[in-house]
Order: sequence, then C-alpha cells, then structure tokens
Amino acid sequence: MEDLRQTATGYGLPATARKEAIRTFDLATHTVRELNQFLHKELVASGVTKVMVSNPDGAHSIACGVNAPVDIEINGHAGYYVAGMNKHAHVVVNGNAGPGAAENMMSGLVRVRGFASTSAGASARGGCLIIEGDASLRCGISLKGADIVVGGSVGSFSAFMAQAGRMVICGDAGDALGDSLYEAVIYVRGEVKSLGADARYEEMTAADFGTVKQLLDLAGFDYSPQEFRRIASARQLYHWNADAQQEY
Amino acid sequence: MCGIVGLLLKNPALRPHLGELMVPMLIGMTERGPDSAGLAVFSQPVGDSLFKISVYAGESKVDWNAFIDALRAAFATAQFQIRAIANHAVLTTSAAPDAIEEWIEKYRPALTVLSAGRSIDLYKDTGTPGEIAARYEFAKLQGTHLVGHTRMATESAVTPAHAHPFTAGHDFCLVHNGSLSNPYMLRRKLEPFGITFETDNDTEAACRYFEWRLREGDDLPAAVRRGFAELDGFYTFLMGTDDQLALVRDAFACKPAIVAETDDYVAVSSEFRSLAHLPGVRTAKLFEPKPQEVYSWRI
Repeated sequence: MEDLRQTATGYGLPATARKEAIRTFDLATHTVRELNQFLHKELVASGVTKVMVSNPDGAHSIACGVNAPVDIEINGHAGYYVAGMNKHAHVVVNGNAGPGAAENMMSGLVRVRGFASTSAGASARGGCLIIEGDASLRCGISLKGADIVVGGSVGSFSAFMAQAGRMVICGDAGDALGDSLYEAVIYVRGEVKSLGADARYEEMTAADFGTVKQLLDLAGFDYSPQEFRRIASARQLYHWNADAQQEY
Repeated sequence: MCGIVGLLLKNPALRPHLGELMVPMLIGMTERGPDSAGLAVFSQPVGDSLFKISVYAGESKVDWNAFIDALRAAFATAQFQIRAIANHAVLTTSAAPDAIEEWIEKYRPALTVLSAGRSIDLYKDTGTPGEIAARYEFAKLQGTHLVGHTRMATESAVTPAHAHPFTAGHDFCLVHNGSLSNPYMLRRKLEPFGITFETDNDTEAACRYFEWRLREGDDLPAAVRRGFAELDGFYTFLMGTDDQLALVRDAFACKPAIVAETDDYVAVSSEFRSLAHLPGVRTAKLFEPKPQEVYSWRI
C-alpha cells in the first residue's frame, strides 16, 4: 500500500520495486560510522536494496548523507540528525527521532513513526518528511522546498523563515507559526496558538485542496482536506518600510 | 553544551541498585560534557537531629581521621561519623551544619563544603564522567533518587567548584544545560538578603534564586514559574530535593530533554541514548518536556 502511494506521487523510485537484497546492521555490534560508510561507499556496488538497522538506541547521524535509492528501516529510537542530507533514500524510523531529523534533505522520503524532536526537516530542499506523532519546536525552520506532513501537533516557531515547500499539520501549532515566512505554504487542521509576523490565513483554492489531499494520501492520514486552513506570507517584510517603526 | 541525567526509583526493590542503573546514564552523556561531572544522591534521611555534610578536598592530601578528631575536640558534645573516598567525604553529625561550615572555612580552608542536609550526598570533580564515576565508586550508590550532570564549560572556568550540581540551603540541588544572560542581575537581587555566592557561575545564581524562593514559601513548581520572568537565557534545569525531582525547559526549548517513565522509575536525560540501557525502557512512556512546563515527581 505504502509503496503504491510513493510511486504515485513521485518521491523517487521505490527501491522495493526492484529485487530485494537486505543487509542488517546491529548498532549494538556495529558503529554508526560503519553503517554510514557502507551506505556512502559500498551500497551501490553491493546490490543491497534494503538496509535494516537494529538497536539504534538514540545514536546520532544514523543514515546521514545517503545518496542512493535504497530503503532504510531503523527499528528503535534515533538520535540527532537521522537521515540528514538524505538524497533518494526512503528511510523509516520505527520509533522517535532526536533533533534535526531529515535536516537539509534533498530528495527521497523520511517517515518517523513516533515523535520528532526540535528542528525536524530544517532547511530541507526536497523530498518529503512524514512525522506520525508530534513534532517539537522549530519544525520546518528555514524550509527550502521539501514537504513536511505532521500527524500530530507542532511546537512554537515552526516554519520560521520557510522559503519554499509545503507543510501539513494535522494537529495544533504553538506560538509564532510561520514567522517571517517567504514562499512556503502551511496547511493546518487544528488550533494555532499564534501566527508569527507576516504570516496570514488565506482562502483555500482548488489547488490547495489537491495539494493537501496528495500529501495526506502519501502520509496515510485519513483527514478531509476541507478541514485544513492555508497560511502564507503577507509579503510585508520583503521590503524595508521606514514608516513601520519596527512594528510588525 | 552539557548533559543532564536524573533517576527517581519508585520501586523500593531497585533502590540498592541506584548507582548501577545511573552510571551508564552519566557515561552516555560524556560527549555532551567531557570536562567535569557530578551528582547528588538522595537517600533515606539520617535520624532526627543529625545532618550530613559532603566535603571535597581538591588536590590537598587530607588525613580524614585527624580531621574528625579536630572536629570532636572543637564540638565536644556533638557526634561525628565520616565516610571518605578519595578526596571526598560525607560527614554525619549532630552539630549544626552552619557551625561546621564556619569551622571548616576557618580551620580547614583547603576543604570545600559541597552540600548539607539530611538526605543529600554530593560529588563533583573535573575529569570525564567515566573517570569520576570510578573515582567515587558511583556504581555502589544506593538511594531513592539522584541528579547528575556532565559539563562542557562555555561561560566560566573548569574547576571542581564550577562543576554541577550546585547546592543552596539544605537538601536542594540544581543542574543546568544552557546559559543564563542575567546571572549578575540575580546576584544583585539576592545579595542584599545576605545570600552569598561561591563562584562566578551562572548556574549558581539560578540555584540560589530558587532556594531563596523555597525559603520564602513557594513550592518548587511555583518557584520555577516565578523564574520564567526573572531568569533570562537558555536552560533545561533539573532540581532535586529530599523527596522530589523537578524538570523545566525555557520557552525556546533549545536544550534537549527526554523523560522515560515506567511503574518502577522516572528517568530524565538530555538524550535517549543515556536511557537506552534501562530495564523496561522499550515499553516506557517516553516524552519530551514541553517548554515552560514544570514537571515534578515525588518518591
């Protein structure tokens, strides 16, 4: 089911469509460096299409900098920067993620089944980050083109200075959502504690409903797009306004 | 950067193993704090009219037997017992802690009093968490709850006195990950009340501020909430008293924290990797404390 959705929406070729060769790394007996060096230097030649990681136990930088179409499944809780800088890979964390999950992702898909700590998807340029639980503060800060779908709620300062990309929040948002937004668009279903400077609600268009539906389907969340509101930049901060007296 | 750990054992059967459970937590935070480490361990209070005082000797060689003989001569009617390991000792006495502290300051200036109370023992020193745990045999510690810290100094010197936990008053300690921008404002507020400071460290200011609020009648959550307006900066604070742990993060929650709770224990750490070895952690209730929310647990 999941693979069909991924194929249908163009987040890269699902590695599972090819003949599956599995390699397992137990981080109780292997180092993260061994895992990542395999992913960076040996994966493509090895013909492995799926990498299973056990006992992650909160280690940092698991599956960072991957640049190949491979499925990676992490069974447990990951620490800082899991799947950071990801390109092409489909990474699933069957647990929680520490700060900076999928930060600076370029393409591919990262799914966190539990909750994600601060700054999830920070500066991500492409691909899709799905967080099934809550995301903490600063989710999608400085987003540069990726999509983020959060099944739960997001903390304060989420999408701060987000430049491009889309963020779908199925739960609530904390303070200052979308502060100093550029051209990223936020869709939120629940309560917003407060909007940040220059963020505003806008009418949902047919294209917005389609976008939300596509991202909800990809994530596997069963909500109606009709329940979501659109937040985008009022573009009042793009140019210096001497008359504003620093009141934004 | 620093690491914070805390453990409160709800299940009395685990209390003889408090140290064993905690040492991997502390060592797990070595990368966050390789220059110093310390912990405060709380156990069943000593009998009525007795107090415990943790004393640190630094580099100086101390004959602890001579030390206790001198105390017995100075306080003829008081009882004294001492348990020493390396350059650290816990003194149990029927004398008033303030009088003992004054005497130590006057006659044994090379010694530092780290804590006083009826439940608390405190250890802190420079070195890696692993070295310090071995030096003071942390794995053998027993008790109900503890507060630990690994330090990577960013704003004041690396010395045993600047290591955490900090204490103020009796049976109260605090550890901190973060940095405060107004510690001198706090000091100027507290010094007119006769509160004195031992270091120039920002965390000490927070510790003495909260202890002052507790003496003024606030309970711990109320004191911490009052701190939201008075303390400026970044912080995750973990505090210990004779019967509880309290945890709080500032509004921006830049400094990480995670809590694992089971029927047997509550464990707090900066990162999950320090909790991964705990029994039952895979089925524990795991959560990150929300900003400006006070979490507290009683034994």
